[in-house]
Amino acid sequence: MAGIRNFSITAHIDHGKSTLADRLIQYTGLVADRDFQDQILDNMDIERERGITIKSQTVCLPYKSRSGEEFILNLIDTPGHVDFSYEVSRALASCEGVLLLVDASQGVEAQTLANLYLAMEHDLAVIPVINKIDLPSADIENTREMIEVDLGLDSDGAILCSAKDGIGIEDILEAITKRIPAPRGEKEKPFRALIFDARYDSFRGTIISCRIVDGTVREGDIIRLMSLGTTHKIEEVGVFRIAREKRPSLSAGEVGYIIAGIKTVSDTRIGDTIVHDADPMPPALPGFKEVKPVVFSSIYPIDSDENSALADALEKYKLNDAALIYQRDSSAALGHGFRCGFLGLLHLEVFQERLEREFNQGIIMTSPSVEYKFILANGDEVEVDNPEYYPDPGIIVKSLEPYIRATMMMPERYMGAVMQICLARRGVNSHFHYPTSGRIELFFEMPLAEVIFDFYDKLKTVTQGYGSFDYELLDYREGNLVKVDILVNGERVDALSTIIHTDRARTRAKQICDRLAEEIPKHMFKIAVQGAVGGKIIARSTISAMRKDVTAKCYGGDITRKRKLLEKQAKGKKRMKSIGKVMIPQNAFVSVLKTNDE
Amino acid sequence: MMNDDPPGLYLHIPFCVTRCIYCDFYSDTRISMAGRLLGCLAAENAPRGMGFSAFDTVYIGGGTPSAMPAGSIALLMERIGGRFETAPGAEVTIEVNPDDVTAGKLAEYRGAGINRISVGVQSFDDGELKFLGRRHDARSAIGAARAIREAGMENLGIDLIYGFAGHTIESWRSTLETALSLGPEHVSCYQMTIEGPTPMARMLAAGRIEETGEELQRELFLLASAALTDHGYIHYEISNYARGEGAASRHNGKYWAHAPYLGLGPSAHSFAGGERWWNLPSIEGYCGGVEGGEGPPRGSERLTARQFDLETLYLGLRTARGLPLGFLSRFPAWERALERLENESCLRIEGDRVVPTTKGFLFADSLPLFFL
Ligand SMILES: Nc1nc2c(ncn2[C@@H]2O[C@H](COP(=O)(O)OP(=O)(O)OP(=O)(O)O)[C@@H](O)[C@H]2O)c(=O)[nH]1
Ligand code: SF4
Repeated sequence: MAGIRNFSITAHIDHGKSTLADRLIQYTGLVADRDFQDQILDNMDIERERGITIKSQTVCLPYKSRSGEEFILNLIDTPGHVDFSYEVSRALASCEGVLLLVDASQGVEAQTLANLYLAMEHDLAVIPVINKIDLPSADIENTREMIEVDLGLDSDGAILCSAKDGIGIEDILEAITKRIPAPRGEKEKPFRALIFDARYDSFRGTIISCRIVDGTVREGDIIRLMSLGTTHKIEEVGVFRIAREKRPSLSAGEVGYIIAGIKTVSDTRIGDTIVHDADPMPPALPGFKEVKPVVFSSIYPIDSDENSALADALEKYKLNDAALIYQRDSSAALGHGFRCGFLGLLHLEVFQERLEREFNQGIIMTSPSVEYKFILANGDEVEVDNPEYYPDPGIIVKSLEPYIRATMMMPERYMGAVMQICLARRGVNSHFHYPTSGRIELFFEMPLAEVIFDFYDKLKTVTQGYGSFDYELLDYREGNLVKVDILVNGERVDALSTIIHTDRARTRAKQICDRLAEEIPKHMFKIAVQGAVGGKIIARSTISAMRKDVTAKCYGGDITRKRKLLEKQAKGKKRMKSIGKVMIPQNAFVSVLKTNDE
Repeated sequence: MMNDDPPGLYLHIPFCVTRCIYCDFYSDTRISMAGRLLGCLAAENAPRGMGFSAFDTVYIGGGTPSAMPAGSIALLMERIGGRFETAPGAEVTIEVNPDDVTAGKLAEYRGAGINRISVGVQSFDDGELKFLGRRHDARSAIGAARAIREAGMENLGIDLIYGFAGHTIESWRSTLETALSLGPEHVSCYQMTIEGPTPMARMLAAGRIEETGEELQRELFLLASAALTDHGYIHYEISNYARGEGAASRHNGKYWAHAPYLGLGPSAHSFAGGERWWNLPSIEGYCGGVEGGEGPPRGSERLTARQFDLETLYLGLRTARGLPLGFLSRFPAWERALERLENESCLRIEGDRVVPTTKGFLFADSLPLFFL
């Protein structure tokens, strides 16, 4: 099965992954130079702006080697954020090798190391590539040494490259053909394929990206998705060349797509195994797991009349995001909305941004929550991800919250600062080791609720970008949890309630009250903003009464001007929510979300 | 609810001898241009198709009309009288600066049919007048009021201003007392608002003066309302008080009731039949347009039914007459709004009308939103 190579590029942020991918695509002549649009792989607006790949992309590059041999090189791009680490692992499982890119002016950094470990976990061949050698600040010798010492790789094998100037591109392509093994797997065996991505296309439905592990699949075959047990008839198979290219069949070792009349991406599972329906009991490919949302939040349209528009937008959004779950929900304060579950906070933010930008939906989100468990007096166990359903505290026997095992890697000098932020977030059972000298891998067990807000940002800040972070869910542990309610002018605002550890309750409540007091405009009366646990007030802030609101003159030109102002205010009022006698602007809800834990 | 009251006529004289530091009206100190401007004012036509029946109010405002050379107001009125019809018993007002008031001018005004004089007193405290950049002092203001009475004018209005930087309850009380002692038919009390690119706005931005707090503004407002109503004045609009129903400014009432009015002169606004138009604020542009025969450069808008209602709503809530219940019931949220504002003692139901209270006046900019 010579001829095929499946690989991925991995790099610390900004070391040039996208640029190199573009150059490879260009070099292999897949797109004419004049059509070349930079960074073809990162094609979602938000991905571009944030410089984060959210969806895996694949491209199949034809390459004729120096010795005249023909190759098909499948480049599989991977997501770049911990929220999507499962997707990364499935994409890597579809490869035999990686290019490990190192910026010659920066050297090896935290993410480089983390990426190397990930590649090694999947038994991939690793080709170090030293990029940006065109820069005056490039220090090739030092970078080589770091590759030897920090990464433990043979630096003689490192390829020198400038993705920007197109230097070393052919060397890289040659190395891919020589140093990355051809895919194993047998054409003669029963068909099995690994799903590593799925995307929605408005004409064709779901396009599954997969790696064919064994056997062959062709148009007309009846396939079964093992975990779901659903069967589908294949309409088309093919490979990705910038655009899709139809093929009669795909065989073991190849990477391509399958279209099989599957309506939404939610009807597929990343990591699942595809087999022929006729095949009774083939072994499933290893590593499949059902990804479950860990962060929950409710969303409401800013303008209450827009509920059905929001429902439509969600339905469309969901076509392309299997990880999002949602169901109808309603709040006394905010009206009808939806309770949504996300893989993590970035997933939530991307969701929010896309809803606003692509679907034009202005929304209010409630404070994100994790899923808690409560053991009740009658022995029942209830799961609660929405503070609205917090049980009567009188019948709670035991409160449990999810814990994670956080893995952080960073240069040794940042260890103190990182320990501090972890301990402040109730981290326990820490231990660490030195994978290479000068670098630390630190483990902590922490409540998930403590990391969903801004932990990752905070870690990045204290490590000046050198810290990497990954986590896995561990278990549920007992915690002293309470529900904090927020009352505005004596009325509870259900959308602002949160479940929180008792030690944090007062500070958090005070922060929320202060933020609200800043954002809610003055009314004709004094407004108390209070935080309460049960019936007990634990924090308070006051909005003083407006003493007058009148402009003295109203003649001639004032009349039109005042009317225009009133028209504008009436519009603004539509974006406010009324809680009893108090009007709360959308901003107030948003500002509460931004409150961080410090 | 189009208003078919007789129309009012407004003449804008955009000149002042000096500029007061807080003023953002359209006015100019190049009084040498007055001759040309007055000529144009007398010649300006309403836009084509805009006919007006006999005017029952005329208002000569500014700027400072009293700063015009002797005889020019009489001449203006004569020319205007030759072009527009005025109803018998019309209210004819002129705004004057105390400094300009002389027996001669008063005689000229009377002769021209003017029967109401509004004096821009602002304050009876010399220090305050100086700070505000006014030309006159307290003595000349008192003198002007007396002279107006002596000239046989039966309708005297005094304009006052409050709430500027450094203003105090005590000095405001004393200014109000002096004003009351002169027995005017009409008093206007305007709260200082710092707007537009004025010297006062720059002083504020530079931190040389402080903005008057809401609390003090409120007390000053309430003091004026209490003092004047105690002396028999009716608080008939946020900033206006009249000694008896008949003494309220008939002309200004037209602005607040969507009655038709024609405004002549640069920056003057007009309204008729749901259409509003205005001359742009430029003396040169104005004169050029009138002299060239194409008319002054203008802006205009035609009110939609909704805009008309919005204006009716907020304007109505600024006057003691208030609004008919029937009108308010057009707004979907009206019952809830009314209940809340009654509970806050901002509005009161009187027969089939809803009227603002004194507290309602204080929150006049907030009230309409409750109904929207
Ligand atoms: N001088 C020089 N600059 C390069 C080279 N390769 C990439 N860059 C620049 O480095 C920056 C980061 O490059 P990207 O290709 O976006 O890096 P990336 O690793 O995809 O970054 P993320 O997508 O943010 O993780 C860009 O400004 C590139 O223009 C190179 O060989 N030489
Ligand atoms: S006299 Fe009146 S119009 Fe003239 S500058 Fe002073 S406040 Fe303005």
